Amino acid sequence: MGEGRVRGIMSMVEVCWHGRGGQGAKTASQFLGEAALDIGKYIQAFPEYGPERAGAPMKAFTRISDEPIYVHSSVTSPDVVIVIDPTLLGTVDVTEGLEDEGILLVNTGKSPADIRKAVGLKHGKVGTVDATRIALETLKIPMPNMPMLGAFLKVNNIVSIDEVSAIVKAKFIKKIGEEKTNANIEGIKRAYNELKIG
Amino acid sequence: MTQVKSKKLPLTGDQAVATAMKQIDPDVVAAYPITPQTEIVMYFSNYVANGQVSTELIPVESEHSAMSACVGASAAGARTMTATSANGLALMWEIVYIAASLRLPIIMPVVNRALSGPINIHCDHSDTMGARDSGWIQIYCESGQEAYENTILAVRIAEHKDILLPVMICQDGFITSHAVEGVQLLEDKKVKEFVGEYKPDHPLLDVDNPVTYGPLDLQDYYFEHKRQQSEAMKGALKIMPDLFKEFEKAFGAKYDFIDTYKLEDAEIAVVALSSTAGTARSVVDGLRAGGVKAGLLRPRVFRPFPKEKIIGALKNVKALAVLDRAESFSAEGGPLYTEIKAALYDSGIKPLVANYIYGLGGRDIFPDDIKKVYSDLGAALKNKKVSNPINYLGSRE
Repeated sequence: MGEGRVRGIMSMVEVCWHGRGGQGAKTASQFLGEAALDIGKYIQAFPEYGPERAGAPMKAFTRISDEPIYVHSSVTSPDVVIVIDPTLLGTVDVTEGLEDEGILLVNTGKSPADIRKAVGLKHGKVGTVDATRIALETLKIPMPNMPMLGAFLKVNNIVSIDEVSAIVKAKFIKKIGEEKTNANIEGIKRAYNELKIG
Repeated sequence: MTQVKSKKLPLTGDQAVATAMKQIDPDVVAAYPITPQTEIVMYFSNYVANGQVSTELIPVESEHSAMSACVGASAAGARTMTATSANGLALMWEIVYIAASLRLPIIMPVVNRALSGPINIHCDHSDTMGARDSGWIQIYCESGQEAYENTILAVRIAEHKDILLPVMICQDGFITSHAVEGVQLLEDKKVKEFVGEYKPDHPLLDVDNPVTYGPLDLQDYYFEHKRQQSEAMKGALKIMPDLFKEFEKAFGAKYDFIDTYKLEDAEIAVVALSSTAGTARSVVDGLRAGGVKAGLLRPRVFRPFPKEKIIGALKNVKALAVLDRAESFSAEGGPLYTEIKAALYDSGIKPLVANYIYGLGGRDIFPDDIKKVYSDLGAALKNKKVSNPINYLGSRE
């Protein structure tokens, strides 16, 4: 049970995002939180700020709950771990603290079994999807954060694809235009459909 | 029903405070950006640039100038705000004292950050705790929501004719300043109504009634002026409850000098400021479920020090741990600890008290750390003795 749930609430979901600076882990963590806030949940979304620089390993967190969230420390026992950059697998222990029933989602073309072996995970579930390829095919740039958000939606139904799409639209349309916004939503949907779980 | 509740917005603590500043629409803001306060100034500058506020924004070259400009503007009769963190507050130091002693109701959100050195951008309370004797009112906030509401409330506190003291509204750097949470915003119109128009009694610009601010004040009157400052701070303890009530009447949110959780029948209790109190609250229910009579006290206002409220809340507690996110290098523990111990001396109650200095430079404090504190308190209760009065929680030995 995650520390955030010490109040005995089983409905708290804690997500840990692993990426490198500039890959959009913070953005994805916030979009997930905002979609949940929109449907009346309590949320927290925050990055772990270190020396901020592009390419450095970084973490971001999302907490979603039906009850007010009081805990303010970083997530140590995630229910879902999302690895946006597969090159982190060798350098960061992405399985650290993962709940017994936890889920590890990795951006990779490899199979869940291969990843399970690579990270030495004995429990939980592993999901894989080639989010970078999806991003290249939809958005035309290697930005895998939105597809990985789609992968999350497949394994956790606390918010729906439509609810997340609404947030993506609201946040992106002014900033990057309709075409790229739709490409991002397409990426979310494709990853949702293409995720392999093992 | 005082207002229709709108949907909560996903905002960081900094965004929430910048929004409060937008709604207050002060006459003058003089500020210099510093992490993790930067976003406040950044968002507010956008409001100015977009014409969403009528504020005169003075982009200065340092915090010393920021506070100097605030002093000038406030003395002239303008509703004046700034915001800062850590070294920025340290650089203001000289003028911070002057602002308070001239009785200028300047509002200053402070995003708490460790003072250098070694250089560090993360949260602790060494910046504002260092300024605790400067004559400013200090309010500490658990969340972005509170930082937002307290910023609005602070205007009324600072400008109250029988208080006239500047106010710092402190929130935890990055922990709440950069975390997105759902924030319930108050209606623009209602905020405007609540803060009202600022009508200073003695503005410098009132040339028909000339006054002097900051003249030489030597042996014959300096002492009396300091005494008046002191009386104003004591008076704030009596006046602030009315303003808390007015705020509640206008917006529904209850404020007080302190916040407690399951303290009424608690045998052991933790005292903590700001976001750490939230983390401690998340631990209390688990302990209660295990039969431990645990409670929590969170002082919201540190200056003036709400002694009566604190003592009243602790009257049944047998063992107490005071958590300090600042080291005062007194060799006698952190600032909150020493003040609470001093308050207990002639209170008629004598709980066991321990101090835990924690989280310096942004070191994360986890529910397990706080569970350890409660467990130490349990042991102290059993042994009728605190084994170690001053502890460093979460530090490598």
